[in-house]
Amino acid sequence: MAIEWYVVLSSLIFAVGAMGILTRRSPIVILLCLELMLNAGNLALIAFSRMVGNQEGQVFALVVMVVAACEVVIGLGIIVAIFRRKLPLDVDELRELQG
Amino acid sequence: MSCTSWAWLVLLFPLLGSIVIGLGFRALPAKTAGIIGTAAIGLAFACGVATLLCLLGEDPEARHHASSLWDYANAAGLDIKLGIFVDPLSVFMVLVVTGVSTLIHLYSFGYMQSDEGYRRFFSYLNFFVFSMLLLVLAGNFVLLIVGWAFVGFASYALISFWYRRGTATGAGMKAFVINVVGDIGLVLAAFLIFRELGSFDYETVFTKAPQVFSVNEWTITAICLLLLVGAFAKSAQLPLHTWLPDAMEGPTPVSALIHAATMVTAGVYLIARTHVLFDLAPTAADIAAFTGLATLLVAGTIALVMTDLKRAIAYSTMSQIGYMVVGVSIGAYSAGMFHLMTHAFFKALLFMVAGSIIAAMANRQNIDEMSGFGKAMRFTSAMLLIGGLALAAFPLTSGFFSKDEILAFAEARGGFYVIFTWLGYVGALLTAIYTFRLVFRILPGKACKEAQELIDTGHVVHAEPENPATGEVEDTDVGFPGSEHHIAEQSWPMKVAMGVLGFLALVGGLVQVPGVDDVIGKFLEPTFADSPLSHIHPTVGAEWEGLGIGGVISIVGIGIAYFLYVARPETPAMLIQRLRPAYTLFHNKWYFDELIDFLIVRPILGVGRFANRTFERLVVDGLVTGTAGTVRGAGGIVRLVQSGFVRSYALLLIAGFAGLALYFLIQSS
Repeated sequence: MAIEWYVVLSSLIFAVGAMGILTRRSPIVILLCLELMLNAGNLALIAFSRMVGNQEGQVFALVVMVVAACEVVIGLGIIVAIFRRKLPLDVDELRELQG
Repeated sequence: MSCTSWAWLVLLFPLLGSIVIGLGFRALPAKTAGIIGTAAIGLAFACGVATLLCLLGEDPEARHHASSLWDYANAAGLDIKLGIFVDPLSVFMVLVVTGVSTLIHLYSFGYMQSDEGYRRFFSYLNFFVFSMLLLVLAGNFVLLIVGWAFVGFASYALISFWYRRGTATGAGMKAFVINVVGDIGLVLAAFLIFRELGSFDYETVFTKAPQVFSVNEWTITAICLLLLVGAFAKSAQLPLHTWLPDAMEGPTPVSALIHAATMVTAGVYLIARTHVLFDLAPTAADIAAFTGLATLLVAGTIALVMTDLKRAIAYSTMSQIGYMVVGVSIGAYSAGMFHLMTHAFFKALLFMVAGSIIAAMANRQNIDEMSGFGKAMRFTSAMLLIGGLALAAFPLTSGFFSKDEILAFAEARGGFYVIFTWLGYVGALLTAIYTFRLVFRILPGKACKEAQELIDTGHVVHAEPENPATGEVEDTDVGFPGSEHHIAEQSWPMKVAMGVLGFLALVGGLVQVPGVDDVIGKFLEPTFADSPLSHIHPTVGAEWEGLGIGGVISIVGIGIAYFLYVARPETPAMLIQRLRPAYTLFHNKWYFDELIDFLIVRPILGVGRFANRTFERLVVDGLVTGTAGTVRGAGGIVRLVQSGFVRSYALLLIAGFAGLALYFLIQSS
């Protein structure tokens, strides 16, 4: 299969993730969408890696997965902390950090 | 031991003394500090004598030695060594400085006894002697400047010694500032010398100078004029003299040591030391001579009307230094140095006498309040009389021979230099009058309250300590003179010191009697042998003629003073009435303070005020607040972006990356 398909699919997933982040207000959904974007990136990396014929892209994909796992741990931790304090689970309401 | 080793020891002892007393002032008992201080200078004097003997053991031609301990600075073509230069001139100065200093330390040992700052005083005093010795022994211009500046600091510290007295600290600052003006002149002169001759070393400079410069070339004249700025500031010559009378705020031994006998003669030493340069710039030498002449006349007239005992003697010091400056500037080098020596004797003695009398007056210095001390203080009075006679150049005293030697040389040189002889005699007449004005006001007559108390009970009066200048009452804590006063009659160290100086003031002139002996002239000859003026010698007949005139003038002056202040005591007041404008001029010290205030202080203050009010407020503040305002405004705008909406951040991020991607896409296509 030609590389274009992979790239198109990856871009679509990325766009879906980005739209999700921009439009949804629940932090859990935003985390999910972030995950989508990261995996879109992974897909592109692996596709290009196969096209070029070496394993470097796959190594990077693995690194990204590790980063994604860490990010989920921290993100979910924050969400649990918000939930425990009985704060609204809405990123637009949580805006004390402003200039 | 070689001559230079002895000379190094001369430097070592005062430095050690200063450090030991300075570091150990809490632990040392006061007496011990005084003994250490005096002994250090005494040892320095002994080493000075050893240097002299060593030098005398050599061929006159070979009597100059340079020695250095290590490199002081060595970079960029500059090679300055921590070096000294031992020749007849520097050894002569070392002997005068250490000799008089030893006696003044001894005097201070008694005089300052009840002062709270006794140890501090001796530490400063030793430091001063070290600095002065560094100045006279320095082997190059850099060390000379170091000594020069050290001496200025020591003078500042000692003038401000009673540091809780406002007038004293003010006088100290004034002295320091004017001395720094002189330092700047000296430093600039050294720079010019280095630029033209490529060395700071005395021997190199003095051998190269005649080959490099032609006579009266502008560079050498500029160098000499800059040297003169330094010399005039240190030696209190017009117009940089105003600090010296104010320096009398310091303790009296300080006035005797620094502001009469040694430091103020540094300018004379400088001119004599650099005589090779001045021989190449006769114009600068003439300017120096005329300044000295003007100083000796102006200071003489002011001394006529001063009522403050110490200030009157200070003006007399200025006047006598004027003679020395005239001497070394017209080429009478050994005569100038001879007068420097005799002046150190009798002027230090006069200040010691003044200290003793001021102590008896419970720290008051106004001669209008003094009278009848002749009966009350026999020893002090005798010393005052001896010092006065020597200062007034009474026949056969030391001042008689030294002053007239300068004037006789001026006449022998001929040309317009005869002016110096005749106006010098006018100055001598003034000297005799103002000196015996002091003597006749203080010694004879009905005893004043303080003198009467001394006669009746043998006790020095006690009074609330007050500032002699302003009359403010002072406390006697640290930083003020002690509550007890010490007079020579009741304190053996003071008596010994004054006795020795009195003896020297009487007979010190006999080393150099025209036609009989010429000790100092012969000794200093190798130093000045290269001068083109060294062949000028007044004939013995001319010298005795001059001495005769000088003696007559001195006696006439004393007679006038006797007539004015003893025979007809009402005449001075009448004369003041008659000559009101002259009196006002002299009394206000020729308005030099006001002139300097008007010409220098006020314009500088004005510039300062302009800088503060206009430049600082508008330009500097404008720049600073303008910058700050711009940054703050920009920050306010950027702050709006920081809204707290996470999703708007994400939008910005995505839009930014999209924009970048688009840009690169367009670029690459």
